[in-house]
Formats: sequence, structure tokens, C-alpha cells
Amino acid sequence: MAAAKHTIVALVADRPGVLNRMASLFRRRGFNIDSIAVGHSETPHLSRMTIVAEGTTTQVEQIRKQVEKIIDVIRVQDITSQDIVTRELALIKVKATAENRSEIMQIVDIFRAKIVDVSAGSVMVEATGDEEKVDSLYNLLKPFGIMEMTRTGRIAMPRGDQVNRRTDVESEK
Amino acid sequence: MKQTGSEILCESLLKEGVEVIFGYPGGQVLPLYHTLTDYPKLRHILVRHEQGAVHAADAYARVTGKVGVCLATSGPGATNLVTGLANAYIDSIPMVAITGQVPMAMIGRDAFQEADITGITLPITKHNYLVTDVNDLARTIKEAFYIAGTGRPGPVLIDLPRDIQQAAAEFHYPSKVHLPGYKPTRAGNQLQVKKAVKLIGEASKPVIIAGHGVRISGAYKELRQLAETTNIPVITTLLGISSFPETHELSLGMLGMHGLACANMAVTDSDLIIAIGMRFDDRATGKISAFAPSAKVVHIDIDPAEVGKNVKVDVPIVGDVRTVLLELNKEIAPGDHSDWLSRINGWKKEYPSGVEIRESDTILPQYVIRKIWEKTQGQATIVTGVGQHQMFAALHYYYDKPNSFITSGGLGTMGFELPAAFGAQVGLPGEPVWCIAGDGSIQMTIQELGTIRQENAPVKIAILNNGFLGMVRQWQELFYDHNYSATPLWCPDFIKISDGYSIPARNVTCKAEVEAAIEQAAATDGPFILNFIIEPEENVYPMVPPGAGINNILHEPKKEAC
Repeated sequence: MAAAKHTIVALVADRPGVLNRMASLFRRRGFNIDSIAVGHSETPHLSRMTIVAEGTTTQVEQIRKQVEKIIDVIRVQDITSQDIVTRELALIKVKATAENRSEIMQIVDIFRAKIVDVSAGSVMVEATGDEEKVDSLYNLLKPFGIMEMTRTGRIAMPRGDQVNRRTDVESEK
Repeated sequence: MKQTGSEILCESLLKEGVEVIFGYPGGQVLPLYHTLTDYPKLRHILVRHEQGAVHAADAYARVTGKVGVCLATSGPGATNLVTGLANAYIDSIPMVAITGQVPMAMIGRDAFQEADITGITLPITKHNYLVTDVNDLARTIKEAFYIAGTGRPGPVLIDLPRDIQQAAAEFHYPSKVHLPGYKPTRAGNQLQVKKAVKLIGEASKPVIIAGHGVRISGAYKELRQLAETTNIPVITTLLGISSFPETHELSLGMLGMHGLACANMAVTDSDLIIAIGMRFDDRATGKISAFAPSAKVVHIDIDPAEVGKNVKVDVPIVGDVRTVLLELNKEIAPGDHSDWLSRINGWKKEYPSGVEIRESDTILPQYVIRKIWEKTQGQATIVTGVGQHQMFAALHYYYDKPNSFITSGGLGTMGFELPAAFGAQVGLPGEPVWCIAGDGSIQMTIQELGTIRQENAPVKIAILNNGFLGMVRQWQELFYDHNYSATPLWCPDFIKISDGYSIPARNVTCKAEVEAAIEQAAATDGPFILNFIIEPEENVYPMVPPGAGINNILHEPKKEAC
């Protein structure tokens, strides 16, 4: 079975070291994490993580089960095969001159991205979308000279009414 | 009334039914040690090295089924627990390790005797805690014991800064734990049980592989009932030894790298494996692609992550082994596998290596083990280290008594035997405990003779002394062109060592003395050490070469008379 990128979402207790527990488990089981993004969830004291990792379905199922054993992990799902929305945020700082600034702005417009900072020699572009969109924008901006880029990595959520949540979990005191 | 963190800890341990703590004091646990003397019901046993504490707590937990408790100070005290924690983790032993930590304000400043023990033990504990608020302490201890002792057991570490030991809070021990991310399954899925019953009914060459899970869940009766009703032979993993009586006609002994030929052949030829509380360790399976190529697999295990980890499973049943076997036994139909069993018996006769002991003028390690079995009538608890002596003890003692073989299975920790034998003896006062040691293995933790002496624990210690790191030497002989690189081992005079610790001892240098020596040790009150000078280059057979299929067996070669 071929290795592919998998999107794994986990609901975890918002305690010190949980990200470390998660990342450490992937590392010691021999999985490379492409990206890991974590932030607060809709429930106080619970965070939601999105992890992108490459492996076969069997390997990813095994790592999912191992992750589920972490005491601070409440629920974990591989949502790769579901109908999901994925996004990431990127900030890209591009070299810009008075001559080419408008050209850059046109490209940014086409991608429905935003210019969030301008200086004499640069513009900072904020883009959200799936990785392919951010990659395309990056490739088009590259000829102008990329000074710096930072990306959040993927966050993901299934479409529709399905939720990655445990209804029996109340917010912890 | 407010109590200090140390008092809260002691009160909580009493609530958990703790009777014994194996520990070693130090600067950052001084408040706790100061408080301990107010709690005489908590028997503290001073070991000689923290590794001794953790192995003793490990074996105590194995023989009693309770959660073992060990205690160490911060920094080097805590890091000395690491090997034992890894050992307990891989063998699924319920344990709570308590470590002192530098005061909160010093954490992260590379303070004297500071080590990030929660960070260090993250991959080798089931869970761990750094307590940063004394108000969380009682809840943390409750959770730690619950996590350690339920589901698939494992070690939990609690790191306790010194100022938290001194800070005060109201003591309130919670009656319940609230852990939304931790809900171990106990009962097996009924549909899966039915599927298993069907497969068992259809199989013509089935085998049961019983693992440590049978012992952890105490499913001896249930396993025996399943085997006897269905007439299916039982093979054990190394840690599964003593889950099924080995003198039973359905017992085939151990499988794997040093497993008996009949067990390995039966598994390879089987059409159904009923794997019970075992995890298909590579030492048990050999090369996975050659493992039981035509067998379907029913796998019963409490840890869902074990299902399908190493081998493909047809019917997984996630749950407590005993609970699942009770369900299975309700539905199972009597079976007859006499053709299959007679074929297996043919293998038993054809390949006696690992069972029969050849004639020899020198002392063979197998002979020593067999004589200990005879003299103890199979009623002793046998504790081993790691190496050839461990495999001889696994193969040549017949374990009929449930839960009577204590060994470091998964991690293979040399030096486990002496502190573990002591811990087992603490858990089994008045019962015979024999420590089968290697001359190399015992030297890793030999200072625990001091603990044994101080506590006057009647452990009988049999050193199988061949002057080599025997198992490594065996591999060098067989697979590295007889190049004995760093395996000849100078040994101290074990009698003088014993004398230094005031433990009676004797050398056994000729075969004729073996039985009398064992009798003398058994008849002596308190500890006794026997130093058996054995045939130096004896090998463990049968053996499957590393990386080969388990049916690829090296048998004991016929020795020429010399």
C-alpha cells in the first residue's frame, strides 16, 4: 500500500507538555510530521490539533491507536478520506519596488490574498487557503524575491454536521 | 486542617492500600522522608541504588498484582530509575514512581541535582506528572494509581518539587477520577467473540499462544478451561510462562528464538492462532513473513494499539483477557484435535533439545535448573536476569504454579534478577523465591545484597557462573566467527563478596555437590548464595538464528566425547 499524506485531528486536554507528548510519539514511532497546528477548541481547557503525516493507511491507523493511548488525548481521528475543509495561513514578505508593486498587488488580488504591510522595499502578503493555493501564490511571487515566509501548517475540519468531539466531555474545572 | 504535601502524599498512599515503598533518600525528598517516619504503616525499604528500588517495586507488583511504589530524589536519583521504568513499561507492570524535584522557583535553571525527569521518562511511562500546585496533589496520586493499575498496566511517574512537599492544603482524597481521555475497554465485543467461536470451531490445527496478559488479568482457570474444552495445545511467550501448567499434556512450552521445536513447528503449521494477551514480539515471532503463513489469527488484548501492530489479525477482541475468556468459554464447543496433537507429539519426540539434558561430567546449567525444580517441587517463584541463565531457567524448570516466573521480557534488562527477587520475596513473605542469576547479570546490581541482608529476605541466589557474558558469547560463537570480543568476564570471589555482606554462600564445582548444595540453601533460614561453576561454553538450544523464521531451528549438536 502506498504511503500518502494523512490529516489527523485530535482533541486534547490543554495541559503543559501535550504537544510534546504528541510530537514525541510520532518521532519515536518513526513518523515524520509534515505539519502540526494547535489552538483552542470550542470547549474551555480543550485544544484541537491538526497533524499532517505521511504513511500507509495501516501505519497511520497504528499511529492513531498509539496517539489515542496518550492520557491527555481525548479523541483522535484520521479524516483524510472524509469530505474536509483544509486551510493554512501564510505570511510572505516579498521584495517590491515602486515599479513592480502594482504587479504584485494584482497577483495578490487574484489569489484573494491581502497586503498587510508595505515598506519602501517590500510588501507583506497574507494568504489563506489550502496548501496548493499558498504554493501557487508563492511560486508567482518568487521571481520578485521572497525575503521571508512563514506558514501555519494545515488545519482541517470535516464538512457538515460531523464533529470531532466527545459529548460526554464537560469542560474541566 | 491543612496538611503538608508530604502528609497528603502519605495519606494518599494509605488510601491506595500501599504497604511497601522501595526507595532511596536525597536532598529534594527530605521533607517527604521526614514525614515518612510518622507513617509506620508505610514500610519503607532502603535499597542500595535507585535501579534496585524500581526493579524491586516491579517484581513486587508482578507477584502481588498490586501497584508497586518506588521513591527517589531528584536528578541522579530520578535518572537511576530510568532503566527500571522502561523495563516496567514494556512489560506492562503497574507502578507509581515518585521523584523529588528541585523547588519550583529553581526549575529550568539547571539547579543542583535538577533533571527534567518528566521529559526524560515521557516515552517510557504510561503517563507522568509534574505537580506544580499542592492542591492538585491528592487528585494526581489518585489518577496515577488508577492509570497505573487499570487497562494495560504501566508505570506512572509523579515528580514532586520540594516546596510542594512542604506547602499546605486541605486533604481531600477524591473517590473518582475524571479522565475523559482514558477509558480502557474491559468487556470484549460480543460479535467478535461469536466470530472467534466460529473460527475455533472450524480450525483443524489450532494453537493457543498465551502471553503476559493471562497472568496480569489472572485468567489461569479460564485459559485452562478453554484449552481443555477445545483440546487445543497451549504455547506461551517468555512472559506467558506460568500462565498454564507446563506439565499439562496440552502444554507445548515456549515459542520463539529459544522456544521448543514442537511449539515453533506447531505455530508455523497451524491454521488458527488464538493469541491471548500477547503482543507478537519479534523474539516470539521470528521473521514475520515466515510466521504462521497459513494461520488465521484471533487476538485478544486489552490494548487496541496491539491489534494488527505486528501481524495481520482476522478477529480482534479488545478487552481484559479474563473477561473475554469468560465470555468465550460460555459459547465454545468441545473440540477434538487428536490428529493434530499426535503430530505435535511426534515433533516433541523428534526434537528433544531444550527438554532433555545430555550426560556430562561437568555441571551443566540445565542440570542445575532441573535440580532446583526437583528440590522445590515446582513450587518456587523463579526470578531471573537476562542472558543464557534466563533461557535455561525458562526451558528447564516446569512452571505449574501460576505466576511463578518473573523475568525481564521486553527490555531484557541485565541486573534485574537480584533486586527483583528481593521485591518478589517482599510480596511473597514465607514463600520460596529463587534468584537465578548470571555471573555477568548479577554484577550489574550486586550491591542489592546489602538490601537483602538488611531486610533478612530469604532469597536463594543461584549464580550460573561460566566466566562469560554467555548469551553474547553464544552469538559470537555462532554468528561472529568465534570472535569472543569483550565477553570473557573476570568475576570476583562471590564467596568473599557474600561474606562481606554476611550472607552464607558456597561454591559448587562438581556435579555431585549440586543437589546437596540446593538442599542446603533451601534449608537455611534467610538468604543463601550458591555459586555454580558451570560448563563455560554451554549454549542455549534450541535456537532460531536472528532474522530467520521460527521453524528454522538450530538444535543441540551431538557432542563428541573428548
